[in-house]
Amino acid sequence: MFKGLSRNDWIMLAGFTAFVLLMPIILQPIGAAYPALMQKFCIFGIFAIGFNILFGLTGYLSFGHAAFLGVGSYAAVWSFKLFTMNIIPAIFMSVFFAAIFAVVIGYVSLRRSGIYFSILTLAFAQMCYNLAYSVLTPLTNGETGLQLTLRDPRWIDAMFHEPGAGLPRATLFGLETSGGGLGGFYLCAVALIICFYISMRIFRSPFGMMLRAIKSNQNRMRYTGFDTRPYLLAAFVISGVYAGLAGSLMVATDPLAGAERMQWTASGEVVLMTILGGVGTLIGPVVGAAVIKYFENIFSSFGPDTLHGVFSFLPDTIENALVSFLSLFVGEGWNLTLGVIFVLLVVFMPGGIIEGLRRLWVIFTRRRGGGDAVPAAPHPQPAE
Amino acid sequence: MSKFIMTRRGLLRAGAASGVALAAPMHFIRGAYAEDISCNMPKGDTVTFGWSVPLTGPYADEGADELKAFQLAVKHLNGEGDGGMIPTMKPAALKGNGVLGKKVAQVHGDSQTKTDAARDNSKRMIERDGAIMISGGSSSAEAVAVQSLCQDMGVIHMSGLTHSNDTTGKDKKRYGFRHFFNAYQSGVALGPVIAEAYGKDRKAYHLTADYTWGWTQEESMKAATEALGWQTVAAVRTPLGSADFSQYITPVLNSGADVLILNHYGKDMVNSLTQSVQFGLRDKEVNGKKFEIVVPLFSELMAQGAGDAVKGIYGTSNWDWKLDDDATKAFTKSFGQEYGAPPSQAAHTCYVQALLYADACERAGTFFAPAVIKALEGFEFDGLGNGSTLYRAEDHQCMKSCLVVQGKENPKDKYDLMEIVKVVPREVTTYDPAIFGGELGPSDAKQC
Repeated sequence: MFKGLSRNDWIMLAGFTAFVLLMPIILQPIGAAYPALMQKFCIFGIFAIGFNILFGLTGYLSFGHAAFLGVGSYAAVWSFKLFTMNIIPAIFMSVFFAAIFAVVIGYVSLRRSGIYFSILTLAFAQMCYNLAYSVLTPLTNGETGLQLTLRDPRWIDAMFHEPGAGLPRATLFGLETSGGGLGGFYLCAVALIICFYISMRIFRSPFGMMLRAIKSNQNRMRYTGFDTRPYLLAAFVISGVYAGLAGSLMVATDPLAGAERMQWTASGEVVLMTILGGVGTLIGPVVGAAVIKYFENIFSSFGPDTLHGVFSFLPDTIENALVSFLSLFVGEGWNLTLGVIFVLLVVFMPGGIIEGLRRLWVIFTRRRGGGDAVPAAPHPQPAE
Repeated sequence: MSKFIMTRRGLLRAGAASGVALAAPMHFIRGAYAEDISCNMPKGDTVTFGWSVPLTGPYADEGADELKAFQLAVKHLNGEGDGGMIPTMKPAALKGNGVLGKKVAQVHGDSQTKTDAARDNSKRMIERDGAIMISGGSSSAEAVAVQSLCQDMGVIHMSGLTHSNDTTGKDKKRYGFRHFFNAYQSGVALGPVIAEAYGKDRKAYHLTADYTWGWTQEESMKAATEALGWQTVAAVRTPLGSADFSQYITPVLNSGADVLILNHYGKDMVNSLTQSVQFGLRDKEVNGKKFEIVVPLFSELMAQGAGDAVKGIYGTSNWDWKLDDDATKAFTKSFGQEYGAPPSQAAHTCYVQALLYADACERAGTFFAPAVIKALEGFEFDGLGNGSTLYRAEDHQCMKSCLVVQGKENPKDKYDLMEIVKVVPREVTTYDPAIFGGELGPSDAKQC
């Protein structure tokens, strides 16, 4: 199983692993080293990696991936409620149900391509959201969100020990993953590394090559005798499973499932993450997910008071004008900041953050005098 | 393609390196197992309170007012300003020099009127900012979600505006406390008043916000009105945050009902009420009686949003700034001086919750959560605007008087939209905590 990856890939994997596992230390200076946020980096990283397998390789832009995330979450909460607080069955249930949903939605949606495919997936996701929000309330508890209660049967747990007072925490054979602490983070981090490895294998495999071929010219591929649909469906299901896994990890670290995480804005967010980081690159989606989640956390908690603190050295009139302008972009308006960054990035760096880093690298090596070995920056891929 | 060759030395080296990498973060796990340490007990000279309030979404107006109230409460706790209700509170252990000698600092987050976002925010405030207590929220879904998170993390949650019976009923938590009244108490208070005004032979149609608060409110209003002899024609659930209620209002016209009960709050209520009035419901005569609309949970902020539509509408309120007691006057005065408008009931309950928590810490002499919980349970107090009040130990619900209000026909200004019809005394609104079930759970301290 160690074949098929180049030396560079192994270096990248090792670097990625080290970075992810050392996040509690590395992120300390930027104030992001607390479990809840680092868990989010990992979970949305997984979500975006999975999305990138579909969008980055085949070019099929799904606008409904949040549905799988939501299905995964609900499945995991039900596993906690009915069977056991151990997360292994919960993860299996999530992945299983997400896969079933992905097969059904993918089978129908993949009959069309381009914008029709996007609209179909969006429609399915909205259907799932509305079902969860107001139709299937006995199953999902609607707006209130599905939660654990003291009256849940938890049959498997009940066989082995008496239920303690209070709600149990989610565990991985004794390691508590919910309720704060780094246990949950390490679970998500290991899952992220495994998912990254699998995605790397897919990118480097003949299967990945087929998917790329679909992106570059599906007709030509058909003429050479390949049936593209099974490949597409496989990619769709794989990315759905990734989303389901992300959903179950969300629940493993915080046992509650709300319908909002299936809303179309959540589907749109993963598209943003992937494009922001770099479509079709291995590491880009994870970077994009981390950047968006970090900014969401930092900017949304800023208020005018914080800004006054930052600009207090300026004269009062300038300070007040500046603060009242900038406060549009922080707090509840942080989406505006994200929008501005996104527009600038797509216009000037369509390849996302990864392309930006690559360009910097080129400039850096050229200045060092290694001019003759400069690799040409890859042609920017427009975001389809 | 280069081969991946594994040597013994390489493996040992890699193993040692990853061991170090894995073990390093353990350094950051707090190894505090001392007996009286609970989550986020302050170490320096400040103590941090966290406000989780909706600044966007259908209940955003209430959230903004709550945040103002919290900021005012922090000022008063730290001895700035005129002290608001601290001097009127009886018995009070607060000294106006912070809490237990530590200055109060605050952080806040936008809960977006969504359960997921509310939990995310609260987690951030607990884990990153070290908040020792979380308060706020203006939806019961949020309150239920955040208080179960707080139970899990061992941080006390003083809920803001939440009116569902579940918050201190089937979903009650040892670490969750509610000062606001609930749907059951609304029903008990409102029933006799509307029976007197509209008669005992009425047919009611419910439109209900589709989440925990709406469900229990509908149930409580049904129980209260049916006990008076009213019939319930239908109860229809509407999704939270709808802008257009016309599809729900049209069937009311043909249902034979002569009272519409709107179990909506915030912008939902503003929309459903104005649209019902626009549809001419209130000018109709059904079954030989004038068609009436009842809004069981009412607030000044909503009345402002709904404009003329609220005139003559009955509802209940937890508190109103026009009450005639010293505490209310003191609070209204200092809130008005600070923000130029009288406080809403959401602001009042949040302010009171912040004070009650701080006071409990003073009385307990520690920030240790289980001790603070003990100090709050069964606490009997007065002088916070609702008369004599009990924080009931069985379900962490405040037992106090509540108000029946009616939209004024001729308001003086936009803050004078509601008239207090009746102050329903605490004896009437008190109920048996056992009727809603639920379990508080343990109060053991947690490390975080």
